[in-house]
Amino acid sequence: MKNRYYKYSIVIFLIFTFFIFYYGLKEKNFYTPEDISIKKFPNLILNDLYTNSETSFDDILVGNNYYLVNIWASWCLPCREEHPYLVQLKKNSPIKIIGINYKDKRDNALKFLDEYENPYLTILTDNNGIASIEIGAYGVPESLILNKEKKIIKKIIGPIDRKKFNEIKELINK
Amino acid sequence: MKTRIVLYIIFLLLAFSKSSFSNDQELENKINKNLRCLICQGQSIYDSQSDFAESMKLVVKQKIESGMSEEEIYSFFKIQYGEWILYDPQFNTKNFALWLLPILVFLVGGIIILTKFGVLKKRL
Repeated sequence: MKNRYYKYSIVIFLIFTFFIFYYGLKEKNFYTPEDISIKKFPNLILNDLYTNSETSFDDILVGNNYYLVNIWASWCLPCREEHPYLVQLKKNSPIKIIGINYKDKRDNALKFLDEYENPYLTILTDNNGIASIEIGAYGVPESLILNKEKKIIKKIIGPIDRKKFNEIKELINK
Repeated sequence: MKTRIVLYIIFLLLAFSKSSFSNDQELENKINKNLRCLICQGQSIYDSQSDFAESMKLVVKQKIESGMSEEEIYSFFKIQYGEWILYDPQFNTKNFALWLLPILVFLVGGIIILTKFGVLKKRL
């Protein structure tokens, strides 16, 4: 009797362990934040890519319902893939796009924009990467959608693809 | 005599500034070792040389210089990235099982071993 009880408990333990591993390993191992909507975009002061003058986000984020803050760099390959979607958003939607040029050389960034078209309302430079950490970025490219209260309502980690492009359009047309 | 006093004061000042520098450096290293790298997630930012880890190190340095305490710096990163960013997470409702399970296993295991060898029976 005691022996049977012992066997049952081992089997139950193994099944329990199996399910823990099964669900644990199935989950994405790249962490994404859940409650980003409560965060307000910090007022950062950065230099303009073209004029090199100090510009604060509070001065830019005025008068529009939605803004897309996009972190990009000319050396980043996925940024080239997402760029046509940003250009489309600029042309076909009311959203205003603000670029944060992450750890890039000015000449390379300008060349990139010449080659692929400039969808940005303003581009600010983040030469040491501090601003990107202050806004909680995970990598390049990354996009944040802000509402008119400057609250982050959506965070896109990685490049914008067709699916994410449609999600953005749906969000701003609500 | 006067020169000696002046030299003594200079020496004291230098010694003090050195120790405050090394304290800051120690704190910076300690915090860097406890923050997870965003790109290579198995490493701390102290060990990583990725662009984002380098930026995070700069943020830590800047925050220490601005007078923020270790706890305040951790809570800043926690707000930005969640508890996940810390290698040494605090005890909370989500992870209490992880903290308590080893102790529980140790206790239950101990009791099983003791009963098996009859130590408890003899005592009782």
